[in-house]
Amino acid sequence: MICLGIEGTAHSIGVGIVEEVNHKCKVLSNVIKSYRPETGGIHPREAANHHAGIIADVIKESVEKSQVDFADVDLVSFSRGPGLGPCLRTAATAARALSLSLDKPIMGVNHCVAHLEIGSGTLDGCRDPVLLYTSGANTQVIAFAEGRYRVFGETLDIGIGNCLDKFGRTVGLDFPCGPKIEELAKKGDGYLELPYSIKGMDIAFSGLLTAAEQYYKNDEKLEDICYSIQETTFAALTEVTERAMAHMEKDEVLLGGGVASNKRLQDMVKIMAYERGASFYVPSKDLCIDNGAMIAWLGVLMYNSGIRMKVENSFIDQRFRTDMVDVTWRG
Amino acid sequence: MGNKKIIYKGAEAEIYVSDYMGFDVIEKRRIPKSYRIKHIDNRLISMRTKEESKLITEARLYGVSVPIIYDVDLDDAVITMEYLKGKRVKDILNDLSEKERQDLCRKIGESIAKFHNNDIIHGDITTSNMILLDDRVHFIDFGLGEKNGEIEAKGVDLHVLMEAIESTHSKYSNCFEYVLEGYKNALKDDANLVIKKIQDIVKRGRYR
Repeated sequence: MICLGIEGTAHSIGVGIVEEVNHKCKVLSNVIKSYRPETGGIHPREAANHHAGIIADVIKESVEKSQVDFADVDLVSFSRGPGLGPCLRTAATAARALSLSLDKPIMGVNHCVAHLEIGSGTLDGCRDPVLLYTSGANTQVIAFAEGRYRVFGETLDIGIGNCLDKFGRTVGLDFPCGPKIEELAKKGDGYLELPYSIKGMDIAFSGLLTAAEQYYKNDEKLEDICYSIQETTFAALTEVTERAMAHMEKDEVLLGGGVASNKRLQDMVKIMAYERGASFYVPSKDLCIDNGAMIAWLGVLMYNSGIRMKVENSFIDQRFRTDMVDVTWRG
Repeated sequence: MGNKKIIYKGAEAEIYVSDYMGFDVIEKRRIPKSYRIKHIDNRLISMRTKEESKLITEARLYGVSVPIIYDVDLDDAVITMEYLKGKRVKDILNDLSEKERQDLCRKIGESIAKFHNNDIIHGDITTSNMILLDDRVHFIDFGLGEKNGEIEAKGVDLHVLMEAIESTHSKYSNCFEYVLEGYKNALKDDANLVIKKIQDIVKRGRYR
């Protein structure tokens, strides 16, 4: 089965085409274009206008790269949520148009679950992981239990990427700030005390953000602040992930989301996994960030398990939580 | 100290069975984590070892069932405490009858109220951290706890349990209602303020 997936939850519009081969996911193409605001953060409407302006070309480019014809596509899937309403609607509209014009079925999928499934789908040995999903808006520790992907821990306030971006904006870095903070952190070595806030398996960043901004106002070295932010937040993320693994007695850990491409976060989780005898998995960067291939792959899994969706019911859902999805495709 | 046998390896500590002046005891040993820098590692380990032993000792004074603390070694981050040979609530909750589950959950709520009445915040109230022994629910693992009288802190404390029940005992999510019944009965202040706070915390989360 070949599926074309359209991702559009936030600042990226992505179209990916995947093929199911022996229950594994073969990515044929995965084109991602991101909206970059000139100043400040993402305005939902402007991001959606950006997506609407280029979506047709992104679909064409993805089909060309995949070397399949439109006629070979068996299924069209799209990100139903969670995300920014205007962006979700743009992706869904494109998916509906494509589904109707190709006369192929449509499938709306959960964006967070797609981040998990693309790991299991593309990485050998990754079967039943605990996912640490870290992006701009989302920070969740997810694992399969009792028929659903349950959220064992999550942020109580803002996502980790959001925390990094907000700090970055305060100190004059461009969006997305994560990679710049990662570079600056490499040059820092003086640790500045920051709040370390975990509650059970949940986590909070807003106190740390305020404290970090205060250090900047007090003229502490930016490199040291960046180093301290990374060391503190990533240690807390790694700890809650390990707590979930111990709690669920699972021995695989998977990273997903844009912040997962941070090398220091990868290293920390890798060391944690090694020390508890668990396996560590991280997809390639273009499958970690928001992308269409993961949307396509989850569409395949859902369709093959018997789920069907009609175009007239293909609503978006801005607050589509991870644990609302009945996971019918897993035993 | 006699022979030690590891019986559990948690996320942050190893649990050994040992003996202490003739008693069967648990040694909870917090292990250094090499994924985090030394500064953070030392701070967390020493803070949690200290806080946990203090809070367990204090909770006992207020009638909460907790293990007896025999010894605290801050250098090696080891707490020696009573070995509770009971069952984890996590492992039995799903197998009880509805009536038994209701009774047990009410008891849990009453115990939480007892320590909340005295501004003790547990920090990680999950069914893994409750041991049923001689018909009493014992609370363990106060490592993420603190002394805090704010309604916010009490709300967050109960919110952790709510999520644990939703994720680990999803078929019996009414359990949390029973917990709140017991909590209301035993809390000295107006429990509705705390319950209102839990709803606020849920709404603050992403996509609620």
